[in-house]
Amino acid sequence: MIVAEGVSKSYGGTLVVDNVSITLPQKGITSIIGPNGAGKSTMLSIVSRLLGMDSGAVTVDGMDVTKTPSDVLAKRLSILRQDNHMSARLTVHDLVSFGRYPYSKGRLTIEDKDHIERALDYLNLTELSGRFLDELSGGQRQRAFVAMVLCQDTDYVLLDEPLNNLDMKHAMSMMKLMQKACRELGKTVVLVLHDINFASWYSDYIIAMRDGKVRRHGTTSQIITPEALKDIYDMDINVHEIGGHRVSLFYD
Amino acid sequence: MLHKAESATTRRDFSWSRPTIVIVILAALALISVACFMTLGARGNWSFIIPFRGRKLLGLLLVAYSIAVSTVLFQTVTNNRILTPSIMGFDALYILVQTAIVFFLGPQMLVLINPYAQFGIEVALMMGFSWLLFHWLFLSGNRSLHLLVLVGIVFGIFFRSLSNFMQRLLDPNAFQVLQDTFFASFSTIDPTLLGVASATIGVVTLVLFRLGHTFDVLSLGRETAINLGVEYKRTVVTILVLVAILVSVSTALVGPITFFGLLVASLAHGLIGESRHRHILPAAVLLGVIALVGGQTLFERVFEFDTALSIIVEFLGGLVFIILILRGAAR
Amino acid sequence: MRLLVLAIVATLGLALVSLFIGVSNVSIGTLLSGSQEGRAMQVMLVSRIPRTLAILLAGSSLAIAGLVMQIIVRNRFVEPSTAGTTEAASLGFLVVTLFAPAWPLFGKMMVAALFALAGTALFLRILRFVPLRDVLLVPLVGIMLGGVIGAITSFFAYRFNLLPSLLAWSMGDFSGVLRGRYELLWFGLAATVLAYIAADRFTVAGMGQDFTTNLGLNYKRVMTLGLIIVSIVSAVVLVSVGSIPFLGLIVPNVVSLMIGDNMRQTVPWVAVLGAAFVLACDIIGRLIRFPYEVPISVVVGVIGSGLFLYLLLRKRHNAA
Repeated sequence: MIVAEGVSKSYGGTLVVDNVSITLPQKGITSIIGPNGAGKSTMLSIVSRLLGMDSGAVTVDGMDVTKTPSDVLAKRLSILRQDNHMSARLTVHDLVSFGRYPYSKGRLTIEDKDHIERALDYLNLTELSGRFLDELSGGQRQRAFVAMVLCQDTDYVLLDEPLNNLDMKHAMSMMKLMQKACRELGKTVVLVLHDINFASWYSDYIIAMRDGKVRRHGTTSQIITPEALKDIYDMDINVHEIGGHRVSLFYD
Repeated sequence: MLHKAESATTRRDFSWSRPTIVIVILAALALISVACFMTLGARGNWSFIIPFRGRKLLGLLLVAYSIAVSTVLFQTVTNNRILTPSIMGFDALYILVQTAIVFFLGPQMLVLINPYAQFGIEVALMMGFSWLLFHWLFLSGNRSLHLLVLVGIVFGIFFRSLSNFMQRLLDPNAFQVLQDTFFASFSTIDPTLLGVASATIGVVTLVLFRLGHTFDVLSLGRETAINLGVEYKRTVVTILVLVAILVSVSTALVGPITFFGLLVASLAHGLIGESRHRHILPAAVLLGVIALVGGQTLFERVFEFDTALSIIVEFLGGLVFIILILRGAAR
Repeated sequence: MRLLVLAIVATLGLALVSLFIGVSNVSIGTLLSGSQEGRAMQVMLVSRIPRTLAILLAGSSLAIAGLVMQIIVRNRFVEPSTAGTTEAASLGFLVVTLFAPAWPLFGKMMVAALFALAGTALFLRILRFVPLRDVLLVPLVGIMLGGVIGAITSFFAYRFNLLPSLLAWSMGDFSGVLRGRYELLWFGLAATVLAYIAADRFTVAGMGQDFTTNLGLNYKRVMTLGLIIVSIVSAVVLVSVGSIPFLGLIVPNVVSLMIGDNMRQTVPWVAVLGAAFVLACDIIGRLIRFPYEVPISVVVGVIGSGLFLYLLLRKRHNAA
């Protein structure tokens, strides 16, 4: 279980995350939504120890993220940020193998290799596994990074806007894949999403942030309502129900 | 394709892949350079020549090793292929330390002081300085490595100006004593330092060996490295301090050299074609040996030049820098 | 405005002080009494006044060059010595010294300026290829480029036995300034005036090509004008007194902190504070080991790098 208590973070005098306390539900997909500058990505970075906090505490299965050795956490929780620039020239296969680094520290076992093949297969990357990352399209590279994170085989998978760079088809299959990973492997996936319809269609739970605070949180049906969305985004949004899912229309 | 991926992981080190071939060829060339260095133009008593040239060779090998390793690791940690650790002011600090000794203790001290003690003081000061710099910058919440490098450069200019300042306050005789130590020269390696330099490099290598498994992960960038469970801050500070020691060793042996590391690291990356350190590091070291030992053989024995190698090496390294950037353009 | 006048008066006061520092006994008394057959007056006219003028001109124009550079590159941390400009000018000076040693200083200066122009253009070209995610990468690239050009210069200087003279002119020093040896620096004043006239264009160009074009200005032309100003100033200062590091970096940054970035307002401030800063450093350099002198580049190097470190570390670069 991931628990944040009284987390605050400011940059140069502006509070970006303001005294946030929240418990993320176990298993299933949790989406974090909210307008620009709400502190979503910052919160995700704090939870995943990429960023220190000014005050408060975050625990993962009872372990304080700021005190637990990094390699212990790396077996419980994985994080993927949006911009993954690197100067290293690696093949897709190399990159995905690094997902096993927390376990084998670079010396791959037979079991690790199974994990790698499975992750490549899961994201349809087997064909591309010998290619260098700088030879791939943005979407393919994004999938390679997700494969690495899946290969890490952690209970918690945190993704910051994983649908960036992906076209509709790949965005949809990415979300389906996350759903599958939750159902089949019992994972807890936490995503920062901008598209509330993706959030609505695929998540089990939604956390809405605004101005550095958690404005609302609840099941999808609790959050995807005209009232709640008005409160979060400050705009009128129509919600329709199609095939058991809620779809928001916000075009004027 | 599946098969290819399979073979890529299993026994990667022993298959005749491109990196392996490159390393074998480089090793052969390095051996040839060493052999030429030891034998070419040798006339007379071998029992004199072997230890005499052997000492010089050892010095060149140590320098090639420390510059190659320090540059590759520095580039890995900074995630940047166009930087070298020697622009970070370590050589300037070395000069400052020397100047300060003369300034405060008098010029005779440079001659009188035990070279081991002097070397020890210099390495300790460089370690202390780098540790303070890196640690302080990381702790102050500024994680940007570019900031760190820039601050290092400015410190370098600060040190250089400060030594210059002290030198101006010295009398001209003392200044003359100092001036000799400021120019890089591969032909006049101080033999007294070889033992302690080898020992230092040995210790550094041991520590690096233990950290070795993190190198490839660090080259993925800070966030990915943390995600994969590397204690980022501690590992990076440790590596940077070790890099500082390696730079001090090479500066103490031959004087300040800026672009040589860039030359060998870029060539190594270019020849190997991928980024795994188990290939890049040996390739860079071998290239360094070929350039230094081979180059020195060429200049000393064939062309009978004196100190030109260091300037030519810098010149070539500079060219590589420009090519690197312009090639990045093509991508 | 009143503050600016105050700053100008203070700078002139410093200039006056600077006139009366030196080995020869020059004071208002000796000047007026005309003793020693007017020797004091002679020293004043041949050495002291030219030197003080040279300081004022070099200080203000170098600071302006830094300002213009920062605006056209759109980066706070560049100036001629962190962009390869100074080193390129130095290479040009070396080349002309090798091939046309008999040329007058003006001709040599023009060659150095052309090299500076080419070097800066190369820097700007390289910048287009460097991913500019990090503002700090830009000066790093410039410093590396400067190092490369410096390596090439010292290679040729070594081959042709010119290393000592290379060292001499790469170190800024006002002690050699005499009447007849500083007048090129007036070009620096011309460049400063030019920068003031074109101030609004630069301010607009500083907001980017699209923005400039949208306002109907020719972006390329403004950039070229900026490049010319920067190159002329760097070359003129280099051949007259040698290079002075950091000046173009610190003064504009301090001014920007004080009153912002509208060039119409910043140009006079940058010019005045640049002159005052160099004057102060020169006075320190002359007094600290009297009667010997510490060269200006060393004093500015020590004080300037300290200030630059402060500027670097004061800013937080990690805004979300």
